[in-house]
Amino acid sequence: MSSTDDVRDVIIIGSGPAGYTAAVYAARASLRPLVFEGSVTAGGALMNTTDVENFPGFPEGIMGPDLMDHLRQQAERFGAELVADDIVEVDLTGDVKVVTDGSGGVHRARSVIIATGSKYREIGLPNEKRLSGHGVSWCATCDGFFFRDQDIAVVGGGDSALEEATFLTKFGKTVTLVHRRDALRASKIMQDRAFANDKIRFAWDAEVVDVLGGDRMTGLRVRSTRTGEESELGVTGLFVAIGHDPRSELFADQVDLDENGYVVVDHPSTRTNLAGVFACGDVVDHHYRQAVTAAGTGCAAALDAERYLADLAAAPVPALAH
Amino acid sequence: MGANTAPVTDASFDADVLKSDKPVLVDFWAEWCGPCRAVAPILEEIAAENSAKLTIVKLNVDENPRTSASYGITSIPTMGVFKGGELVKQIVGARPKAALLKDLADFLV
Repeated sequence: MSSTDDVRDVIIIGSGPAGYTAAVYAARASLRPLVFEGSVTAGGALMNTTDVENFPGFPEGIMGPDLMDHLRQQAERFGAELVADDIVEVDLTGDVKVVTDGSGGVHRARSVIIATGSKYREIGLPNEKRLSGHGVSWCATCDGFFFRDQDIAVVGGGDSALEEATFLTKFGKTVTLVHRRDALRASKIMQDRAFANDKIRFAWDAEVVDVLGGDRMTGLRVRSTRTGEESELGVTGLFVAIGHDPRSELFADQVDLDENGYVVVDHPSTRTNLAGVFACGDVVDHHYRQAVTAAGTGCAAALDAERYLADLAAAPVPALAH
Repeated sequence: MGANTAPVTDASFDADVLKSDKPVLVDFWAEWCGPCRAVAPILEEIAAENSAKLTIVKLNVDENPRTSASYGITSIPTMGVFKGGELVKQIVGARPKAALLKDLADFLV
C-alpha cells in the first residue's frame, strides 16, 4: 500500500469521532483523505462504552461501537480511504509531511490531521501494573464480566468513574468508589444515579497506595487524605477511572504540547505550530472530552486543512521546504 | 475460528495445551469483546507464518469459564503462552502485530 511517489492532500491519524468526522468533511471536500484508524484501536474510546446517551440526535441513545460504525460508513461513503493500521513514525516539519505505518509503508501528504485521542491514566503503582488483567482494569465494559459476585473498587470522582461503578453493579456484589476528596466532580445526573444505587458505597478522602495479591488481586491498601491513616479494603477487583493522558508521544518532539502533553492549537482553529498540521479531539481537549466536541473539532480540522490547501494552491510561488 | 487457529475448551485444555510438545499461545476471547475481534486476524497471520514453532488456539471464555478463572485472568484479550504445561508468558490487551512479534520473540526462534 506504500506509494512513496504520491503526495496526498491529507492524512488523518486516528479514528474516533474526531478522526472520522474530519474524514467525512475532508472526503466531501474532494481531498481523498487517507485515514489510519489504528490496527487494534480503530474507533477510539467509544468502542469501550455501551450506551451513549448524550450524543445529540439519538433520543433513545446509541451503543458506542454502533455510533463509530455509522461514522466510519459515512466517511467511506464520501470516499475516505480507511486503513486499520497504526502510524509509528512521523516527520511533520516539512512542507510535505511523511508518516510511516506499522507495516513499514511510507506515506506523504501536504497536510496531516492529528486525532490520536487519549489513553487511560494509571495510578502509577508497580502492583497496579503487575496485576493488570488479574484484578486490575481500566475498562468496566471490557472486564466487568470476570468479577461476578465479587467486591469491586473503582478509583475516581468524575463521570467516567461513576459510569464504571454503575456498570459494575450489574456484575459485582458491592462496588466501592474510592475518591481522594469528599465530593465528586461528576455530572449531577450521574451522581444522583450512583447515590441511589444500593450496591455502590463510597470511601471518601481516600487514595490507593497499593494493590495486594500474588497471582491475582486480593485487596487494596488505602490511605486517608485527611488523617494519613492506612487501611485495607477486601476487594478483588480494581477499576481505575482517574482520567486520561493524551496520545502525543508520536510527535512530541515536533508539535508544541502543553505541560500535560496535550497538543497546543490556535483556538478556535485547529492549527498547531507546524504549517499544514492540525489537531482535534481528546489529544487537544482535556476540558470537555465529549464525543460531540471531538466531532466538532474534527470538522474544524478538515475545514482548516481545506483552507490551507487552497491557499497553497493559490500562492504565486509554491512554498518550498527550507 | 480462523483457518490457522483452532478452538480449545475447558475439557480439551489439558490434552491440547498443557500436553503439547510445542509452545501454545492461548487467545482468551469472547464475542462481545471488541479488541479481541481486532486482534484475531493478527493472530491468524502470526499463526500462519510461524506454525512450525508455535501453535495458536482460541478459548471462548463465555463457553469455557473454568480455565480463565483457574489462571486468574480478568481481562480479555489475554494471550497466554504455555510451554511444558506451564503458563510462561502473558500478554494482556490487544497489540499491533509488530508489538506481538516482539513479545513472542523467544518462542519464534
